[in-house]
Formats: sequence, structure tokens, C-alpha cells
Amino acid sequence: MTNDTLDLVRRSASNENAPRIRSHLEVAKLIDISRCIGCKACQAACMEWNDIRDGIGVNTGSYDSPADLTDRTWTVMRFYEKEIEPQGLQWLIVKDGCLHCAEPGCLKACPAPGAIVQYSNGIVDFNQDACIGCGYCQAGCPFNIPRYSKFDNKAYKCTLCSDRVGVGLEPACIKTCPTQALSFGTKVDMLGLAAERVSELKERGLEKASIYDPAGVGGTHVVYVMPHGDPELYGMPRDPTISPTVRLWRSTFARTLGVLTMVSVFLAGFFHWMKVGPVDPDAAPEPKEPTSSPQKEEV
Amino acid sequence: MLDKVRPPGHAFATARPPDAIRRYSEAERLTHWAVALAYVLLFISGLAMFHPFFYWLSAIFGSPQLMRVLHPFIGVALFVLFFAYGARLWRENLISKNDERWLAGAWNYMNGRDEVRVEGKYNAGQKLMYWSMVILIPALLLSGLVMWRPWFAPSFSIPLRRAAAIVHVFAAFVMFIGIGVHVYAALWTKGSMRAMTQGWVTRRWARYHHPGWYEKVVNQKDAP
Repeated sequence: MTNDTLDLVRRSASNENAPRIRSHLEVAKLIDISRCIGCKACQAACMEWNDIRDGIGVNTGSYDSPADLTDRTWTVMRFYEKEIEPQGLQWLIVKDGCLHCAEPGCLKACPAPGAIVQYSNGIVDFNQDACIGCGYCQAGCPFNIPRYSKFDNKAYKCTLCSDRVGVGLEPACIKTCPTQALSFGTKVDMLGLAAERVSELKERGLEKASIYDPAGVGGTHVVYVMPHGDPELYGMPRDPTISPTVRLWRSTFARTLGVLTMVSVFLAGFFHWMKVGPVDPDAAPEPKEPTSSPQKEEV
Repeated sequence: MLDKVRPPGHAFATARPPDAIRRYSEAERLTHWAVALAYVLLFISGLAMFHPFFYWLSAIFGSPQLMRVLHPFIGVALFVLFFAYGARLWRENLISKNDERWLAGAWNYMNGRDEVRVEGKYNAGQKLMYWSMVILIPALLLSGLVMWRPWFAPSFSIPLRRAAAIVHVFAAFVMFIGIGVHVYAALWTKGSMRAMTQGWVTRRWARYHHPGWYEKVVNQKDAP
């Protein structure tokens, strides 16, 4: 969390307006996969700046180290070996981490007010103080990004260095990248730069080169240049969206229907009582049985 | 010592008439109310996590985190207690031919006309309540397990966890309707609440609401 809290465009589990008097330009990180050499300097810079160290992992037989994102590893290089025609064997290196969706599924799923926020600059940030550790953000995310800490039972992910960006610095990973595979700026500028990179790649014969800024989640604030086009080659979904199940579960419709159900049950009971009144077999005097007489009952 | 100063015939003071009929045993009552308490806590915490408007209810549990931790444990408690109680009731809740007639007359009964004669210990409405809980409570337990952080959720795929969330919410609201009707019916039919708090009903209550059961109980009692 940054101290820059007056420019929230979304706040989890909140019906009220979030403080939004400030407004900043939308930012984006551009990851140009064609320029990445897999040095993992960004991973190291992320650990450095955020001051968290993952434990010693397990060698899974690939360059992926650690093997996956964790609560303490917010970005990880993934290495894929793919046969792609006509280029032949390609080594694809993808820097994975939060994409900072314009329509964040994690935020939609979150039940804790203010535990997930989205700033006007587009960064989606977790506020672990308010996190209750339910793990719903994991169900909400279309990219499988949030990780749950067994240490403090809270969810963590890339902050896009919201604390640095909030004071006019670029994210730590950008600062350290030696090959300009990573760039940072306004979303408009980054899309422009991405378009330039794509046309360069096309000139080099990579005709399927494309920009990954998936519209299904309203666009993202981490944008990729994918030299071979197809996102699935890079382990990314082709058309990510917030799952319809999550949308329904967290929809105003479902929430309102739930509340109306409750209110209806109370009202139905209330008015039924007022209309019919209680059934009470003991209320009326006992009907006289032929064998009994008043004297007998008094005894 | 104290017994000696008491006049003969002195006994525990109660409103229970001498000819009252026992409807629920102590064990049944205590289990029922333990289930009821668990249900109230589960509903409050579930509602807080379902709708932001009710998030303040989490304060009842001390903190939202603690509420999130406790909710599944209370859920398991409800499951165990319900089936400990429900396992004794299934035979009396088997649906019979007479139940269709009772249901056909249920609307009239609700609108102040006489009730269709009930043969067993429970009427068709109570039986439906019983069987709906027999279905809903395991559905809530299983879908809850799939979402249960940190113990079980990591073992399940994310699509399954999403589906579980929907099942859980849906079952919870059907259950709310069921419990709402159950509570209201207990208040509406006077004497029922006392049956579950003190265990006994009057003979007139039993004859009116459950004549078949009444005859069976009285015949057993009067048998030499």
C-alpha cells in the first residue's frame, strides 16, 4: 500500500464511494518478451525493494527458480521450449506476475472492505491489514496470481511497486532490467512503444508478433509484446475474463436477491401472523365430554 | 436435611401438567439448540462475507479474521450435531401417502382453516424441512471444504473452488428460507416452542396437531 490513498477507482466489498479526489494518468509496464534474456535481475530487484526473501526451493529440472510464484516471490521468470514453424526451436522467457487488470477479478471476489483497491493509475493493490485470509482473490483471478502465505494467512502479489510509483519512481524491476525488455510509463506511451516493437519484430519476419493487453479484463496495466503472437505459447490465457461463476457469485443481482430473500421471509412471517394469528389448541376452553360434570372437574 | 422440612408431595416447580406428553427428550432438545446456535453464528458470519452491507456483523466474532477462521469449524460442528440428531429421526420422517393430503391442505391450514389429520410424529411440512436439511447441510459442508483456507482449498482446482462458492451461497439462502419457515412455524403453532424448550406438550396440543402420534403414545402409556 502506498500513502497515496486519495485516488481509488475501486475498493473491494464497498458500496460507498472510495476517496477519489486525485486522479493520475494510467500507467503500464511493458514486457517485451523478444528482448528478455532471462537473467532474473527483475526477480532480484523485486526481492530487494520489497525486502522479502523466499526460502530455498527445489530444483525442478528447469531454469524456473523458484518454480512458481509464492507469497514472497511476486514475479518469476518462466522458461518454455517450443517448436514453432518456421523459426524452429524457440526458448520463450516470460516474466510472470500480476497484470493489474482494469477489471480485477480478485477485487470483485474479495469480501473484506478495502483489502483490495485499484488506484486511478491502474495499479491493483492488496492491503494485507484488511485481508481476512479467505483466499477468494485466488478464485477471482483469471491469471492464477495471488499467493496465500502460510506464515500470516494473508494474500500477496506484485504491487507494481505502488509505493515507488506513488512518489514518481519506476518499479524496481524496470529500474534493473539490463536489456530494456521492461519499460514503464503511461499506458498510452507503453502501447505506442509496444506497437513500434511489434512492427520491428514483423520486419524481422515474426509476422504473428502481437501486443497482449487482453480486452476481456478491460485491458491490463502490464502489457506484453509476444513475438510469436499466440498467448498460450507463453502460458497465458487467450481471452481471459472474470469467470461467469465469480461474476454471478459477487454480482449486485445475487447480493440483492439474497437480501430480498431474507426480507421476504421476515415480511411473510410478520404479515401471516397479523392475518391469521397463532394456532393454539390450548387456548379455547376444553369441550365438555359427555361423561364429565362440572363437579367432577373441580375435584 | 432440607428434605425433612419440605411438606410431603413437594416437587420441582414446573408449569408442566401431570398428564403432559413428552415430545422431545433432553438429549434431543440440547442437540437441537446446539445446532440452532451454530446455525445463527454461521448465518451471521456467512452473511458478513457475502454482502458488504453486513460486514459489520464480523465484529460479533471479535475480528473479521477470527470470523473467517471460525466459520468453517462451526460449520463442521453443525454438520456433526445435526446428523447426530437427525440420524434418530429419519424413520419418523419417511414420506407417507397421508403427507400428500396434508400438503394439499397446507394452504388452507395456513389461512386459518382446520389442519388435515396428521398420522405420524411429524407433518409433511416438518418432513420436507427435515429432508431439505439432510440435503443442504452436506452440500454446504462439501462446498465449504473446497473453499476452506488454509487446509483444504489448495488441494482443489480454481474452477472447482469457484463452483463451490456458488453452491455454498445458493444452499445457504435456501437454508435460510427453510430455517425461516421452521422458526415461524414453531412460533405460529403455540406450544411447539415449549415442546423444544421444556420437552412436553399438552394432550390437547398432541390431539390437535399429531392425532396419530397421540393415540400411539397414549396407547403405549396406558398399556399394562
